[in-house]
Amino acid sequence: MITEKIKKIIIDQLELKQKNIGIKTSFEDLGMDSLDLFQIIIEVEEEFQIEIEDADEIKTIEDLINVTKDKIKKQED
Amino acid sequence: MNKVEIIGTGSYVPSKVVDNDELSHMVSTDDEWIVSRTGIRERRISKEENTSDMATKAAVDAIKSAKIDVNDIQLIVLATSTPDDFIPSTACIVQKNIKAVNATCFDISAACSGFVYGIDIAAQFIRTGRFSTALVIGAETLSKVTDWQDRNTCILFGDGASAVILQKGDKEGIISISTGSDGSKGDALVCPAVPVNNFLSKTKVSLNKGTVSMNGKEIFKFAVKILVKLVKEMVVESGYSLKEIKYIIPHQANYRIIEFVAKKLGINPDKFYTNLDIYGNTSAASIGIALDEIYKKNLVKSGDKILIIGFGGGLTYGGIIIEVL
Repeated sequence: MITEKIKKIIIDQLELKQKNIGIKTSFEDLGMDSLDLFQIIIEVEEEFQIEIEDADEIKTIEDLINVTKDKIKKQED
Repeated sequence: MNKVEIIGTGSYVPSKVVDNDELSHMVSTDDEWIVSRTGIRERRISKEENTSDMATKAAVDAIKSAKIDVNDIQLIVLATSTPDDFIPSTACIVQKNIKAVNATCFDISAACSGFVYGIDIAAQFIRTGRFSTALVIGAETLSKVTDWQDRNTCILFGDGASAVILQKGDKEGIISISTGSDGSKGDALVCPAVPVNNFLSKTKVSLNKGTVSMNGKEIFKFAVKILVKLVKEMVVESGYSLKEIKYIIPHQANYRIIEFVAKKLGINPDKFYTNLDIYGNTSAASIGIALDEIYKKNLVKSGDKILIIGFGGGLTYGGIIIEVL
């Protein structure tokens, strides 16, 4: 669910034509700059009601998914 | 409570244009990088003019636009993060320059929200009958606090000044105001002043660089959230629909912020008036420069509404819905 929601956010924000993207894809490969990443992080934060402090370590979609899952878990604890 | 009208606007920018190509000779950057990330193509940089010099010119422009006598001015509020000096205030220097002998004068420090806060302050004085005519100025010489070797910040800033004249009137020109601050996030945007370095100091504290540093991600997030919040809150609060707002003038920080906010609100980005492509981020001066441009280009008519929104260091934020006379 989290993975699918995050993929959808990325596809919508970047207006990608493809319906699916691999989680190992790096943001650099998607042609994103740092501001595109901030925008995606903002949308993810709002979707899951979390705060993501460290954007510097987030290089791939998988990184973003893992950080999101981690923040959600910490909130539930 | 008295009604408050905006009866004149003015602005001034230095003549020296510095484009992105010129910056690319100073730091490792290029036009494509700067434009794609900020929307900025060029900015004005002061040669020898300090904040009071530019503020004075903007004030004179606004006074001429308002067709008032300088002796009518009872209040000068000047918003800046780059005063000429700590003492005297830059507002007092402007007073001296324009000979506004009847004015009470002071500076306010609210970074890029300064112009909004300044209008709010002046409006309260007029509403309560304390004063009838006020001059509000936003003025910055950001080039003197920019680290010209930091390619992340030096591309952003420009110099300039803007002013408005507010006066007690028959019609209401200030429809609504909403402001706030979040000091807990103050570290996200800093320009240091003077450290404690006196005869009691055990260790010698070295002088700060005295330049602006910014956490880009935190400020981007803050700006987006605040713009969305204020547009929604102020339009609902005033009972108007977004269709009735002719222009939204955001603080002119970065076009990518505006683009993203427009997307989130589901509105055309053209609703946001911008001129940051040619002036860059002039902090407290930016909203007023855009406002003056709108008036001088006759882009608005009587009854039109403009929503101005400031956000910036502090962290501070604020919005005002203005009705054009």
